[in-house]
Formats: sequence, C-alpha cells, structure tokens
Amino acid sequence: MRYLTARKRAEGKGAAGTGTEHFWYMKMSGVGLALIIPIFLVAFGRTLGGDRAEVLDAMSHPAMAILTGLVIFFGLRHYAGGAQTMIEDYAHGMTRRALIIAVTVLSYGMIATGLFALAKIAL
Amino acid sequence: MAETDLARTEQVERPLSPHLQVYRPQLTSITSILTRITGNALIVAALLIVWWLLAASTSDDYFAMADAVLTSWFGDLVMTLSLWAIWYHYLAGLRHFYFDAGKGLEIETAEKLGWGCIIGSVVLTVITLFLV
Repeated sequence: MRYLTARKRAEGKGAAGTGTEHFWYMKMSGVGLALIIPIFLVAFGRTLGGDRAEVLDAMSHPAMAILTGLVIFFGLRHYAGGAQTMIEDYAHGMTRRALIIAVTVLSYGMIATGLFALAKIAL
Repeated sequence: MAETDLARTEQVERPLSPHLQVYRPQLTSITSILTRITGNALIVAALLIVWWLLAASTSDDYFAMADAVLTSWFGDLVMTLSLWAIWYHYLAGLRHFYFDAGKGLEIETAEKLGWGCIIGSVVLTVITLFLV
C-alpha cells in the first residue's frame, strides 16, 4: 500500500503521456465518420466520372462542400491516429518518432490541400 | 538469491511469447488485422481524391490529367478496392465499439461478427456500386 491519492496516481497519465485521450479521439471521430461516410460514398461516387464543369457544380453545393470538408478533416485525423497506433506497435525509438511525425505532417498537409481546393471550388 | 537477481542490470534473455508465425490463422485474428490494413491502405484513395480535388480547383488541363488517372482502369480498381476497404473498416469499427462495451467476446459470437464484417462489406460495396 502506497500513500498516494487517486489523483497523484493518475498524474503523468501513464506511458503514453496522454491517458485515454488518443483512444477516446479514435472512438469519437469513428462515430462521427460513421454518420457521414455512407452519404459521402454515394455522393462522391456520383460526382466522380463527370467532366470538370459537372464536378465543380456538384462540389460547390453547400451540403456537398461541408460534407467533403468534414470527411477530409476527420477522415485524415482519424487516419493519423490509427497509423500512429500501428507505428507504436511495430517501430521503436527514433524510427517511431520520425514515422509519427511523418503521418502527422502528411495528414495535416492533405487536410490543408483538400480544404484549400474545396474553398476555391465552393466559394 | 532474489535480491541478486533484481540487482542485475545487464540484459537477460527473456522468453518470447508465441509469435505470429506460429499461430494458426483464425477468423478473429484475420478480421482484426484486416481492420488495420484497410484503414491504413485508405490513405492511397485519400491522396488520389485530394489531388483530384486540387486539380479540379486549378485548371482544365490539370483536371484532365488527374481525372484520367482516377477514372482509368487502374483508378477504378483502386477506388473499388478502397470502397470495399472503407466498408470493411466501417463494419469492423462498429464491431470494435461492441467489443469495447465488453460484449460479443465469446468465440462463437466473435466469429459470427467476423463473418458479418466480411460478408457485410462485400454486400455494402455492391449496393454502393449500384447507387453511384
């Protein structure tokens, strides 16, 4: 028996340093994506294959632009979280840190690119 | 004895737990690793779609190039496989919520859920292809 309060034991939040934050983010983004992905798959599938004017017209619809923006942002953040878990399972030390930085940079870079393109199309 | 063991600081050979290679593949383990594979593989489709959107926002020429890649036979193959991958990941994710709640962990139920993910993902892929 150690004389530690429950709070003291929780401080530092374990090996990950972030407690259940990462786990919980994956659950939350997963639920959110589950709500919008089916609609996005059909809407995007119908858009793909059209000529540029048709694509610009479809993507500039407010509902489609908002939906696509949400899918790009939360899809890629969810991806980075999952990829990080995979990296933590298989890579160690410097390699692990470098790969986690790489997927984080990739996900934010793609989010910025995707949202920029969407804004240019829809606004 | 115990004290001297604890005091040893050099690396000792520790027994390894049975590794992937010596495990018989089971439905539960295969459906679990497929969740990870499909989730991570979806980055390919994401890269293509973001590039295609950027091209659409830029110019006719750029769009023509990106669109030719996405709608080629290879693009169709990647998009169709990705469609299956996202449906598989979707169902496996729902299964994970169920597992996280401490339910469905009996072997028989877990295997049924595994078949549900496999068959369900194919069915949903076909339905989506009909809708688009």
